[in-house]
Amino acid sequence: MSLSPEEWQALRLSLDVATRSVALSLLPAIGVAWLLARGRFAGRMVLDALVHLPLVVPPVVVGWALLMLFGVQGPIGARLEAWFGVRLVFTTGGAALATAVMSFPLIVRAARLGFEQIDQGLEQAARTLGAGPLDRFFTITLPLAAPGILAGAVTAFAAGLGEFGAVITFASNIPGETQTLPLAIYSAIQTPGGEAMAARLAGLSFMLAISGLLLAELIARRLHLLLGRS
Amino acid sequence: MLEVSLTHRYGRAGFTLEAAFHAPAGQVTALFGPSGCGKSSILAAIAGLLRPDAGRVALDGVTLLDTSRRLHVPPEARRCGLVFQEARLFPHLSVETNLRYGLRRAPRDAAGPGFDEVVVLLGLAPFLARRPAGLSGGERQRVALGRALLSRPRLLLLDEPLAALDLARRAEVLPFLARLRDAARVPMLYVTHALDEVDALADRLVLLEAGRVLAEGEAEALAARTDLPLAARRDAGVLIGCTVDGHDSARGLTRLDFAGGHFLVPLRDAPRGEQRRIRLRARDVAVATTAPQGLTMQNILPATLREIGPTGTPQEVFLRLAIGPTILLARVTRDSVERLALQPGQEVFALVKSVAFDPAGSRL
Repeated sequence: MSLSPEEWQALRLSLDVATRSVALSLLPAIGVAWLLARGRFAGRMVLDALVHLPLVVPPVVVGWALLMLFGVQGPIGARLEAWFGVRLVFTTGGAALATAVMSFPLIVRAARLGFEQIDQGLEQAARTLGAGPLDRFFTITLPLAAPGILAGAVTAFAAGLGEFGAVITFASNIPGETQTLPLAIYSAIQTPGGEAMAARLAGLSFMLAISGLLLAELIARRLHLLLGRS
Repeated sequence: MLEVSLTHRYGRAGFTLEAAFHAPAGQVTALFGPSGCGKSSILAAIAGLLRPDAGRVALDGVTLLDTSRRLHVPPEARRCGLVFQEARLFPHLSVETNLRYGLRRAPRDAAGPGFDEVVVLLGLAPFLARRPAGLSGGERQRVALGRALLSRPRLLLLDEPLAALDLARRAEVLPFLARLRDAARVPMLYVTHALDEVDALADRLVLLEAGRVLAEGEAEALAARTDLPLAARRDAGVLIGCTVDGHDSARGLTRLDFAGGHFLVPLRDAPRGEQRRIRLRARDVAVATTAPQGLTMQNILPATLREIGPTGTPQEVFLRLAIGPTILLARVTRDSVERLALQPGQEVFALVKSVAFDPAGSRL
């Protein structure tokens, strides 16, 4: 299957946006997952619901909310531009932010399961051996939750390759800047004679998604084996 | 020396734990009692994993917990090595890294056996590169013992370390526990509900029931008391410290000396001079008023009947027999006492079958 330069561009952009989105959401997602798994605080249920919002709210609404917050006139967007000269709307960075918000719950859910699977007796044992809170987190908790976290990250990456609604609303559909695979497919369908291009890109998206999911499963299995679980 | 005094109430319907005792350095103090009597909670409170409602824990003069002063040293700063029922090895780390986990976090100047010494002591050399998942239950527990010992603790807490193992594995780990006791110069608290572990390891005994201390003292002294729940057990009887005096391989017998006399037992594989502790069950001891003839029993020991006491069963009594400074208990029927007209102060003979001695109860 040979791809045209525009198709290559869309593929590269998709990979770029998905990578940046995971890089952006991974650490906060681990933090939130840990809070949800272990935290005992008043707003826990509210936080849980907030995290899951992008899964249930229409992606267009998420894009609109981002536009309101991070737009040139938005409370955050205006300051970003004034202080750092950073503009997110209509940029690759903006597409990555929209994708990160959409895939955030995927990482949180997987990482939270990872944390919840850990036998807390192991952390107690580490305590009696002299390990303080941070020490315990980095030597026991995090490595044991790693299979869940990594699986979540890979799933988020695969899903991020295909984020459509939030990206097109917040970052628009600019070839070479924000036109990722799904947006390119959408444009191809809209263009007379673009059916063949749409089909090729759709096939590509499908293969990427499948390999992403298989990779996630493989990583999880490998790590579980390493941890002596079956 | 460890001093403990704790009060804790479980939930609303639960019983109240109210325990106070002490444990000297270099000795094993066993917390012995039925399941659910609060033994494990006591260990958790000493280690700092459980916050009791009220209490005080002090180790070698350093206070670890004092609720009246709102003092609660966190577990990671207490330096109490804790061995759990399930080994709780870190599954993502090799056996060697597990062993070094506590060692790396111990203070530089903390005294204790070195890594190589512990590996030899517990026979861990073949497993060092392996992951815990590849070990048997007994091997895992040995690694857990080593890991706790290597954290250079000021106190070793063992929470039923053999309870999750089958009989064969227990027999495999028990000698290592005895070695650990001899290597660790810190107080050891050993929670168990298995009497043979007490016999094999404990110097002192704290008897617990429903969250309260029934009695506390030397294991031998408590075993000789007839007013404790211990006496109601089938295997109730005295613990006697013995020295292996010699073997008669022609007759297939080993002679064990104790203060006031000696026992002949079936030949044992033990070097001369070795210290052994044996449990002599009260139901295995018979009494005669005259030296019997034509009897298979090897052990016929002149003794003085000190006391006739109740057993909790109306038809049976305990006879307290003195052989020199050593006390034996014999459990006999009330009818036998009346038939022989036994009286305290009377000179009698204590009869014990050689095969009645339980090798499992020997001090290893």
